[in-house]
Amino acid sequence: LSVTEAEPRTESHSEPQPRPAKRRRMPDWLAGNLLLLPTSIWFFFLMIIPIAIIVAYSLGQRSIYDPVRFSWGHLVWSNYSKALNPDFLPIFIRSIVYAGVATFLCVLLGFPLAYWIARFSGRYRTVLIVLVIIPFLTSYLIRMYAWQFILQPNGLLNSALGNLGLGSNHQFLNTHFAVILGLTYGFLPFMVLPLYASIERMDTSLVEASYDLGHGKASTLFRVTIPTVSPGLVAGILLVFIPAVGDFITPALLGGVKTQMFGTVVADQFESSQNWPLGSAMSILLTGFILIGVFVYLWRVGEEAL
Amino acid sequence: VSRKSALRPRYLIVHAILVYAFLFLPIVVLVVFSFNRARSGTDWTGFSTKWYPKLIHNPEVLAAFRNTLKVAFTATIVATIIGTLAAFALTRFKFRGRSAYSTLVFISLVMPEVVMGISLLVLFQRIAHIRAGLETVILAHITFCIAFVVIVVRARLSRFDNSLIEAANDLGATPVQAFFRIVLPLAAPGIIAGALLAFTISLDDVVITYFTSGPGSTTLPLYIFGELHFGVSPSINALSTFVLLFSLILLTIGGLYSLRSARRGTGAIDATTLG
Repeated sequence: LSVTEAEPRTESHSEPQPRPAKRRRMPDWLAGNLLLLPTSIWFFFLMIIPIAIIVAYSLGQRSIYDPVRFSWGHLVWSNYSKALNPDFLPIFIRSIVYAGVATFLCVLLGFPLAYWIARFSGRYRTVLIVLVIIPFLTSYLIRMYAWQFILQPNGLLNSALGNLGLGSNHQFLNTHFAVILGLTYGFLPFMVLPLYASIERMDTSLVEASYDLGHGKASTLFRVTIPTVSPGLVAGILLVFIPAVGDFITPALLGGVKTQMFGTVVADQFESSQNWPLGSAMSILLTGFILIGVFVYLWRVGEEAL
Repeated sequence: VSRKSALRPRYLIVHAILVYAFLFLPIVVLVVFSFNRARSGTDWTGFSTKWYPKLIHNPEVLAAFRNTLKVAFTATIVATIIGTLAAFALTRFKFRGRSAYSTLVFISLVMPEVVMGISLLVLFQRIAHIRAGLETVILAHITFCIAFVVIVVRARLSRFDNSLIEAANDLGATPVQAFFRIVLPLAAPGIIAGALLAFTISLDDVVITYFTSGPGSTTLPLYIFGELHFGVSPSINALSTFVLLFSLILLTIGGLYSLRSARRGTGAIDATTLG
């Protein structure tokens, strides 16, 4: 996007003439901001303004005629304390625990898999990584539905257990197990892919050096391998935890009243409960929790980790 | 030096097989049972393809499929264009406020879907007074697709060799020529990858569509989500199989394309520039 003066084209293939660079270039800040203009306008109207409205509504109150009313003169802060009262705080904590356990399980399942693909899978490596990308890009809803199909009361798991003589009347849906299983299953590829990328880039001579210097297997794993691939690990943890903690589909399909997550409760306030100020306060708390968590994490491990 | 790792290949292979089974068994089960004759339950009563023709004759499914395609195509095109421009700005120019833009992209990525959906619902309903319909769904989809395009295209452009542009300038190309003949062909695989990712994500979105759609703008995932209130059924299995197949075809096209452009490597320049 620079503006150059018309220069005569040299047709001959003789000695290249050193040309004085006489260019009137558009300054970087102007070119950059011009290119960013559409995105800025878009994000301003469809992200910043909507968030600002939610912030405003979280300080409003509802009336009989209106799901929400906001006025500068009358800011209602109690929506925030209501959002974390004993009715809702356990659900908030439950979401964090579910997402945390699912993230941990994803590391446990994903790390050895990524390590094996990156190091030992030889010429099948591309195929194996594509096999992780396929579930990554197929519908999350449908993959959760597949588990609903398997876990339902007259589903496959119950009939399989029945055939083994272990009883076929187990309740799987609407349990902690089902929701954590769903989250783990749903987000596992998000863990494997970044881990694979950083294990593949890792210098294997570091591991050799560690053995030569007398470190054992466990010590090498925890003090050499894992720290070296930590950028991928951090990315994986963020990519699993963030969507898991606000998830809406998994608790809807595999959970029930006992296993509600915060995303469901937030949505409820805008639908059946029609309490927009409370729902807005919950939205801000959930988003704020995620943003603070991400920034603290990035600050601790360094921004290059992303 | 013998290489003895705590992660020994022998155990790792077993682990890998189990994880792959975990990843694919549920999908396989879903597909297999879309060919089950029984109307309900998961008892296998015989092979049948009868659920598939029924889908084609269901006007609701057809309308939802049309809506899904309209939304995904429009959202992908708009998001790819403005996201690519942003990615160019962020990689090729140095200016103040760049990190602020990156932060915006980042926030749009980490914002919980529920919150984004609700905030857009509130915007459309209370502030802009746009009736919920296909237009609102498209606006919402563009919003969350932009970030994915920016990230993918930026990753591609950051490996871009600036000396190629300087070479083009030295050889007498105008900046516009250099852009269309050098920059764009080299960035094309990234742009197409970004577009495919945006398309796939738009195609599969449930949560944000759920909050921004109105009567007549139901998409396929939303239709499935709604049907699930009535419990599992073989026709939902069949519809899911169809959606999976559709994504798989897209993925294959994307994969073949990236394989081809990887093989051609920088040869892409020779073929397309300064002819």
